[in-house]
Amino acid sequence: MATVMRLVNRRILSSAMGQKYVAYSSAAKVTAAGVRAGQALPEKVKIVEVGPRDGLQNEKTIVPTETKIHLIDMLSATGLPVIEATSFVSPKWVPQMADQVEVMKGIGRKPGVSYPVLTPNLKGFQAALKAGASEVAIFGAASELFSKKNINCSVEESLQRFEVIMKAAKEAGVPVRGYVSCVLGCPYEGKVAPEKVAHVAKRLYSMGCYEISLGDTIGVGTPGSMIEMLEAVSKEVPVNALAVHCHDTYGQALANILVALQMGISVVDSSVAGLGGCPYAQGASGNVATEDVVYMLHGLGIQTGVDLSKLMDAGAYICRTLNRKTSSKVAQANCKL
Amino acid sequence: MGNVPTTVKHCLSYEQLIQDYPWLKRWLQEEKTITGHEYPEFVKIVEVGPRDGLQNEKEIVPTEVKIQLIDMLSGTGLPVIEATSFVSSKWVPQMADHSDVLRGIQRAPHVQYPVLTPNMQGFKDAVAAGATEVAVFGSASETFSKKNINCSIDESMLRFEEVINTAKEQQIPVRGYVSCALGCPHEGHIEPSKVSEVAKRLYAMGCYEISLGDTIGVGTPGSMLKMLQSVMEEVPAHALAVHCHDTYGQALPNILTALQMGVCVVDSAVAGLGGCPYAQGSSGNVSTEDVLYMLHGMGIETGVNLAKVIEAGDFICNALRRETNSKVAQATGRML
Repeated sequence: MATVMRLVNRRILSSAMGQKYVAYSSAAKVTAAGVRAGQALPEKVKIVEVGPRDGLQNEKTIVPTETKIHLIDMLSATGLPVIEATSFVSPKWVPQMADQVEVMKGIGRKPGVSYPVLTPNLKGFQAALKAGASEVAIFGAASELFSKKNINCSVEESLQRFEVIMKAAKEAGVPVRGYVSCVLGCPYEGKVAPEKVAHVAKRLYSMGCYEISLGDTIGVGTPGSMIEMLEAVSKEVPVNALAVHCHDTYGQALANILVALQMGISVVDSSVAGLGGCPYAQGASGNVATEDVVYMLHGLGIQTGVDLSKLMDAGAYICRTLNRKTSSKVAQANCKL
Repeated sequence: MGNVPTTVKHCLSYEQLIQDYPWLKRWLQEEKTITGHEYPEFVKIVEVGPRDGLQNEKEIVPTEVKIQLIDMLSGTGLPVIEATSFVSSKWVPQMADHSDVLRGIQRAPHVQYPVLTPNMQGFKDAVAAGATEVAVFGSASETFSKKNINCSIDESMLRFEEVINTAKEQQIPVRGYVSCALGCPHEGHIEPSKVSEVAKRLYAMGCYEISLGDTIGVGTPGSMLKMLQSVMEEVPAHALAVHCHDTYGQALPNILTALQMGVCVVDSAVAGLGGCPYAQGSSGNVSTEDVLYMLHGMGIETGVNLAKVIEAGDFICNALRRETNSKVAQATGRML
């Protein structure tokens, strides 16, 4: 009925009465637009801090163990609920993470904070458990070529590897987070079909991952592709089990995160000081900066539990040590006001 | 529907109408919809690099370089390029060559080249130099107005009224700017009602478009939403533009929010030219390249060729001996 009335109204646009209806519908549209633009945002967002792992892993300078530990301890004091501590991958592949056991054993574990670690295979899982890990993460890809080039096997083969880890994790009572990379584009394949992302996410979720983090690995996504991908994935995995891991290589991260929130996502990965460049675009940025994400969320009235100034302290610390400028705009603006 | 004959009810039934006239469905869904949010199909980009951008750069740029930049931008498809500012060179030395720039550029057909005219003197000089569109700059903050242009908001409105009335007589369109729309470096928080008051006055005086500027980039989608809700009660959405600064990295989500609210004009600066005078070393204007990347990625038309804008950005950054602020330019310049 409402639609028919709208149709009738447009027909009598030229008449004086029509003008009133047009004005009426414009005002209604503005209010409706305002409601839509601000609607359905989560009250709380969980920030998963990936700086110490994903961030440092993509930094050229090898960071001493004490520095890593100190960074994680500083982050523990900011209110961040999840801090990805390290990766139990072979040091042959990722020298930055060679001190995985020392870091795991050296950090002060704040009660209420999770310290997940990456475990690409059963060996890594076992080593992680031995070092005291109480949560792990596994990394799948939505692109066949990326999977082959990155972890030397097909997507299907990697999923089978993960089933082995899932089984062991279940027995040990250890929760597992699943990552899907290249969800909005692949450096080799280019465009990635949303259905492929949904397929991999569904497999990881059915295997038992409590949360699936969808990563825009090369930062090429925009709100358009983010929404399309999330629509496909949320048909297979409940939205409260999804997270977004946006890279800011093309400056799109915050806009992409905003639309993800509008779609019901309430977990966001980010990296203090925007640590971690992009291995596919030399000198370009990678991870979105936690400070900038928190600034936006707090500005929206969304709770994160994070103390932004303590976070900036941690960012300033690691940048000093790495002898690099922060990639966070909030941090840049604040130190010079 | 009351006592309506069944046959009439049948004729008025939506399903029947759509069956008989399939094109109606498209007509009823005019705006592009991406899951419940409506976005404009077309966004007009107002390129402010040559004026707002260069004005906030330390290096004085030679006139020929400014002209070449504007000519390169004219070849990109940008519909509006803010060329220069007819402000006293005592205040803004970068814009001292305003007349030479305006006379020297090649005016592409279908492209507008507005210039800033803070007062009657500036307006007269602009017209003498061939200006066909001008802009006036108000503020939502009293303190900012006093510190920036040495007078209160009311006094500035009187000045602008003079310019606008004269412009009307000469059929020169005037664009109005409201600065500090989401925060002021001196006053801090700015009430949305103050922004809508100033916007309303400029619109009522005769400005065809009001550009709402987040001068220090402190806004977030939350404050953008509230401010636009207030302004849209006084000024129709089609007459509004957003001018977001990226000092806190919030520009693109703020622009996205504005688009969701029905705004379809966005100001930006090639290569993100122009720092922030209130946070030394920080960025200012959002980069045109990054805005275009987002809009095109959403299927929104702009008529602008991104690759050509990147070229123009490279040119001016070389001339200024500085790095681009555009992430898109950085990423595409370094693809391995």
